[in-house]
Amino acid sequence: MSSFVPSTSLLLAMLVATGAAAQSADGTFSSNQRFVPKNGEVLYRSICQGCHMPDAKGAVGAGKFPALARNEKLEANGYPVFVVLNGLRGMPGFGLYLDDEQVAAVVNYVRSHFGNNYRDNVSAGDVKAAR
Amino acid sequence: MSDSEQHGTSRRDLLKLIGTVAGSAAMYQAMTSLGVAAESPYSGPIKLEGDPKGASVLILGAGLAGLVAALELRKAGYKVQLLEYADRIGGRCWTLRGGDRYTELGGFEQQCAFDKGLYLNPGPWRIPYHHHAMLDYCKRFGVALEPFVQVNYNAYLHSHRAFAGKPQRLRHVLSDFNGHVAELLGKAVSQNKLDEMVTQEDKEILLAALRRWGALNRDYTYAANGFTSDRRGYERDPGGGLAGAPTVSQPVGLGDLLKSGLWRHLATGNIYEFHTTLFQPVGGMDMIAKALARELQGLVQLDAKVTSIKQDAQRVTVTYQNSKSGGDVRTASADWCICTIPLSILSQIDINVGNEMASAISAVPYDASCKIGLQFKRRFWEQDDAIYGGISYTDLPISLIGYPNTGYSDAGKAVLLGAYTFGPYAYELTALPPAERVKRAVAWGAEIHPQYEAEFENGIAVGWHRVPGVQGCYGLWSEETRKAHYKNLCQIDGRIALAGEHASYLPAWQEGAVLSALDTISRLHQRVVASR
Ligand SMILES: Cc1cc2nc3c(=O)[nH]c(=O)nc-3n(C[C@H](O)[C@H](O)[C@H](O)COP(=O)(O)OP(=O)(O)OC[C@H]3O[C@@H](n4cnc5c(N)ncnc54)[C@H](O)[C@@H]3O)c2cc1C
Ligand code: HEC
Repeated sequence: MSSFVPSTSLLLAMLVATGAAAQSADGTFSSNQRFVPKNGEVLYRSICQGCHMPDAKGAVGAGKFPALARNEKLEANGYPVFVVLNGLRGMPGFGLYLDDEQVAAVVNYVRSHFGNNYRDNVSAGDVKAAR
Repeated sequence: MSDSEQHGTSRRDLLKLIGTVAGSAAMYQAMTSLGVAAESPYSGPIKLEGDPKGASVLILGAGLAGLVAALELRKAGYKVQLLEYADRIGGRCWTLRGGDRYTELGGFEQQCAFDKGLYLNPGPWRIPYHHHAMLDYCKRFGVALEPFVQVNYNAYLHSHRAFAGKPQRLRHVLSDFNGHVAELLGKAVSQNKLDEMVTQEDKEILLAALRRWGALNRDYTYAANGFTSDRRGYERDPGGGLAGAPTVSQPVGLGDLLKSGLWRHLATGNIYEFHTTLFQPVGGMDMIAKALARELQGLVQLDAKVTSIKQDAQRVTVTYQNSKSGGDVRTASADWCICTIPLSILSQIDINVGNEMASAISAVPYDASCKIGLQFKRRFWEQDDAIYGGISYTDLPISLIGYPNTGYSDAGKAVLLGAYTFGPYAYELTALPPAERVKRAVAWGAEIHPQYEAEFENGIAVGWHRVPGVQGCYGLWSEETRKAHYKNLCQIDGRIALAGEHASYLPAWQEGAVLSALDTISRLHQRVVASR
């Protein structure tokens, strides 16, 4: 699927080797209270792609998950920050599950990948101010 | 789950306060207004009296809300027609069996490879005894029910951080936790440490109660003996004849129990919705949808994706397209419309309702959940571990293992629920390719049942945000959004009324969908009869 997801055999080997380790090395599956990974790409792969899809092109069924790829609405960096913190219609907000650094990291990742080329990164301080 | 337990506690504290301050009448009134002690809102089959004089109703969505609305309105004399996006009836009331193919959003396809007769309920799986409407519809439409085991004292509680990762039997954790707490309290009371809170008269009664509740000795200690083994089970069970003498078992220490965190799961069976007796339909949850659908043959149009909903002073007109092939935009119209499309989707559909209903439709995010069914070569949980039905809980990302509540002692293959998650783990599982979800569920489950590795055959995983007709598990109301929007959501807007799980105080329960449909059609019917 994506090069990021570790191969299953490797994962199984890791689980067996460490016995009780539930989490993966990248910080996913570490807590059910909040998301633990810090890295923007890991956060995208473990949260956003569940709905916006691995290629960020979204999906259509009875309704839709909008594409984040080549999305001009991401130009104003406050918009994705607001949506990730508070949600939008069917999309739940992640403000309680992510700290300011994590929100900044995943927003910066989306705004600089998938055909988006916005260079003005948001900082944890920007996210804090938007809460 | 932990949320509702927390709410429960604070609400109870409040009630206790009201009770002491104002006496029991005030307490009862407060309880009814908080929705605790109220009579069930369902009082038998709905009676819609008065002639609708040929009025027509277009019903959008053929889940339980849509099906119930259609059945009852047709019975009352309406012309009804249903449009359903999916290629099957039932919505979230759904069962996956061998041979089924399931394609989730994004195009990821899974082939269900279960053996004949085995199934997974990827959505609803249990019905509490006080969901009177659900039970009545099952009865009226001939759906056979069997017990759903919520609490199994011999199932496991497991934490990968406690007891070196070794799963503990619920009966041990429960008996020992109660016993130790009773011992502490018993000592405090008998040493006069709680005199300010307990009267002399109550003290005697409380001490007797604690002894009985906790299986304590005369000196209020909880120790290894026949008493406590009658609660937690024996080291060696009583037998017959010369070799039959039992050996008592050793309780686990309080400190170990507290640090293990396993007490987290002890109140689950005390939650109203999980009280014994619960039920499941024999053969799969979708038996309910199928029974209702049989009565509505020819009235449900499948593969019909609604794309807009427009009303004027006379009619409601809906546009729709074939869900699979797209193609021509078609229209359907009727005097009235009942829309049961989940808000996650309805909020993206062009619909001309007033601002208040429109804001309500956009105010409800949909929660995440993931369920995974696993087929094994044999029922090792029964054969090796004596676990017959019920649920084991764990802090691993699978959250629980649900054992089949049917077919006990069958020598063949069986399917269990290998994961049922909410919160971050549900998002993280949904974000993985389906085959990967299954593989991880097997790896994690093997920490509780090492037999997994040798016995696993195949599995299927449903992440609810990827389910094309709902894009989520259920509508997530907060206290604030309910206050601001709930009434506006339920109010009839001109010729359009909404119904479904999201328009109820029973989120994520089928009963909510059905009660919402019944409430909506009775209000709509009053309006129709009054206007003719
Ligand atoms: C994981 C999970 C566990 C659950 N556990 C339980 C349980 O144990 N017990 C219990 O009682 N309940 C449980 N529930 C809740 C229960 O499934 C729901 O409350 C109930 O089935 C909702 O019925 P509904 O008619 O409101 O919605 P749905 O069943 O979702 O029906 C809505 C219908 O609208 C259709 N639709 C959507 N968009 C369109 C469109 N554009 N055009 C046309 N049609 C459209 C959909 O395909 C669907 O068929 C669970 C749910 C989930 C997801
Ligand atoms: C549970 C499903 C889900 C997840 C997970 C999710 N989203 Fe969304 N997202 C949606 C839906 C649905 C919408 C569209 C809401 C609408 O307009 O109806 C959306 C919309 C958006 C938008 C607005 C797009 C636009 O064109 O207006 C942004 C930005 C966004 N999401 C970012 C993210 C990011 C970043 C993540 C990961 C942190 C994420 N989403 C995770 C479901 C999800």
